[in-house]
Amino acid sequence: MANHAPDQNIYYVPHGSKWPLVGSIGLFLLVGGFANLMNGNRTLGLPMTLAGVAIMLVMLYGWFGNVITESVRGFYNRQVGTSFRMGMIWFIFSEVMFFAAFFGALFYARMLSVPWLGGEGDGVATNAFLWQGFEPAWPSNGPQSIGGEFGLIPAWSVPLLNTLILLTSGVTLTIAHHALKAGNRAQLLIWLGVTVLLGCVFLFYQAEEYIHAYRDLNLTLGSGVYGSTFFMLTGFHGLHVTLGTIMLAVIWFRCLKGHFTKDDHFGFEAVAWYWHFVDVVWLALFLFVYVL
Amino acid sequence: MATHAAHHDDHDHKPGFVDRWFFGTNHKDIGTLYLLFSLLMFFIGGSMALIIRAELFIPGMQIVNPEFFNQMTTVHALVMIFGAVMPAFVGLGNWMIPLMIGAPDMALPRMNNWSFWILPFAFLMLLSTLFMDGGGPAGGWTLYPPLSLQGGNSMPFVIFAIHMMGISSIMGAINIIATILNLRAPGMDLLKMPVFVWTWLITAFLLIAVMPVLAGAVTMLLTDKFFLTSFFNAAGGGDPVMYQHIFWFFGHPEVYIMILPAFGVVSEIIPTFARKPLFGYQAMVYATASIAFLSFIVWAHHMFTVGMPLGGELFFMYATMLIAIPTGVKVFNWVSTMWKGSMTFETPMLFALGFVVMFTIGGFSGLMLAIVPADFQYHDTYFVVAHFHYVLVTGAVFSIMAAAYYWLPKWTGVMYSETLGKWHFWLSTFFVNLLFFPQHFLGLAGMPRRIPDYNIAFSDFNMWSSIGGFGFGLSQLLFAWIVIKSARGHGPRATAQVWEGAKGLEWTVPSPAPHHTFTTPPVIDDRVLAHGDVTH
Repeated sequence: MANHAPDQNIYYVPHGSKWPLVGSIGLFLLVGGFANLMNGNRTLGLPMTLAGVAIMLVMLYGWFGNVITESVRGFYNRQVGTSFRMGMIWFIFSEVMFFAAFFGALFYARMLSVPWLGGEGDGVATNAFLWQGFEPAWPSNGPQSIGGEFGLIPAWSVPLLNTLILLTSGVTLTIAHHALKAGNRAQLLIWLGVTVLLGCVFLFYQAEEYIHAYRDLNLTLGSGVYGSTFFMLTGFHGLHVTLGTIMLAVIWFRCLKGHFTKDDHFGFEAVAWYWHFVDVVWLALFLFVYVL
Repeated sequence: MATHAAHHDDHDHKPGFVDRWFFGTNHKDIGTLYLLFSLLMFFIGGSMALIIRAELFIPGMQIVNPEFFNQMTTVHALVMIFGAVMPAFVGLGNWMIPLMIGAPDMALPRMNNWSFWILPFAFLMLLSTLFMDGGGPAGGWTLYPPLSLQGGNSMPFVIFAIHMMGISSIMGAINIIATILNLRAPGMDLLKMPVFVWTWLITAFLLIAVMPVLAGAVTMLLTDKFFLTSFFNAAGGGDPVMYQHIFWFFGHPEVYIMILPAFGVVSEIIPTFARKPLFGYQAMVYATASIAFLSFIVWAHHMFTVGMPLGGELFFMYATMLIAIPTGVKVFNWVSTMWKGSMTFETPMLFALGFVVMFTIGGFSGLMLAIVPADFQYHDTYFVVAHFHYVLVTGAVFSIMAAAYYWLPKWTGVMYSETLGKWHFWLSTFFVNLLFFPQHFLGLAGMPRRIPDYNIAFSDFNMWSSIGGFGFGLSQLLFAWIVIKSARGHGPRATAQVWEGAKGLEWTVPSPAPHHTFTTPPVIDDRVLAHGDVTH
């Protein structure tokens, strides 16, 4: 069928697709492979994981490619756009709740479990009999100093720099968005490109920080509950920045190909929302993990 | 063909088997897949329950070893919660929400198919652990550390299976919210929607809010076991109780995820067979929202005995008791709907009435459990088992049965056998009470849950309970038979309206519902809506 204008009055229901099933198989192999690797079964785990990764990549490429083709050919009407937007908003909300679980762990450890181990409230018995004289303080790796002595990353060094980088990237992304709305392609590509670069710089500094923490400070994932919360929060955030940067890069190429119009650029918007979400999570991290 | 994407051109030609059931986007087909999957899981989880009941038939160790017994209690729960009850409601939502709001399909039909297809793989992974070295998970479905970290090879598989189920649920919930908010036919205002749609909207919100928290909790278990973290290790400054807090922050909304759509189903069925509009429609909506809100601030009532500060115990006790108010509003409204109605008692109505009576019993035992000093006695006994099986089996499962009978003619185009349906109801009701009612007494007398052997003082009630269990389990074969018969088209033809008192958009389309419905938005006539125009 040739390019036909979307009908705003008639509902749009897409045709079938093999990608959901392919994605399920890929996900199964991926996590099944991981699980085998964790159990020390490399002969089964490694090929399963690799196959899972490969199938997931093919699925993402195929599925997104399919949707992009349909979108560019003008099959989608406004209602489809709204559904996509709602999907993205609620997906980001689910991500917020995922981070909430780890922030909850951080607050619980700092405000309840460590003080209790020091004899406060209901923890008197533990302190009196099991770990006598444990002095609660934050940061803590617990009464048995799990992971040994460790140093801290000062908030007002690289983390501050990374905060500024992410905040700037939010601004450059907004400038790019305004350029897109104004139909200014050169500006769009430049500022979106700068955003991608800032994402990469952030990741570079975070990697440096991790290396520094592991090599020089003995601050590791195994450094008691401080190391656990520190690395799980910053690590999952870093994973999201990585994903966001890849998504921004994809959007940059799509801008280059001219996929987006002034009024219709959901792909751009969705990634921008995602980027701002990652940004906000970082601000919370900076405050609660580094500063306070 | 990538370009073949228009909406209504496969009206007539039938898609091939693989295209339809594996690559499909049709909400009715995907709904059917969900429902069939749920039925399969219901029987698998049920078989595990029967192993448990067989072992408990008499005191002493007879059939299985304790390790396997514990695996059965753990996997039975995971299968029933994530495999049977939740997918059944998602299946009902898939089938009925677009029909009830005048939409052509779900808002994101391909993602809908992905939500479903993740599930069989997730359960393949979960069930495969039973055959691994060290067997399946045996520390209870809540996976409390440190016990859950001490199992065999099953642990990472179980956690990843839970992740997959979570991904499926979140995508399903996103889809349902987008469908309800974006695809309602013009004129179908929010406060004209059927209560079933309302309850699903709120349930979907709960799902998106708490499934990621569960994912976070089990991820911490995984890193504690394999990557040296100390979240739940007191020696490192963590706390095993922290897991319980995070888990139940998910877990309590989760139990409402399994009961709110049941409220919706019952609120559809009772008006139909009482031939009266639902009493207090808006109150029902607000009560549902209140219950959902309260579900976020009551979680620690699952852990009164772990050693919480007194202020915590009191807060969670009173907050929990508050739930009785909106729930009471609901029960009151169902009863008031029937008041002076011209009632008939077809099978869906019988199951709905069974729901109202027996769910309320479960609600009352819940109130007993909410009282902190009393809970110190009831905690981890069979009283708890009796309580949550009353709300989940005679509550959630009975409502699913009610929904199946209510909408089966719409799905298949034929009427099921009313005689067999009534047999199914009465057998189920008799045996399910024989199964679970004595467990209240066992629990009050002090029999702990999750044990394969017990004091001979508990013999009689356990024997009754086991007889009830096998009776209830076998009665469900009748249900399977009735469903298969209808699905194969045996039975008298159903009319479009099916039930004399039925109102709502789903009853304006033919039975069976055509593969594609409402490809153009229907005109909403307030007189055919289930609840009329309640805003005036």
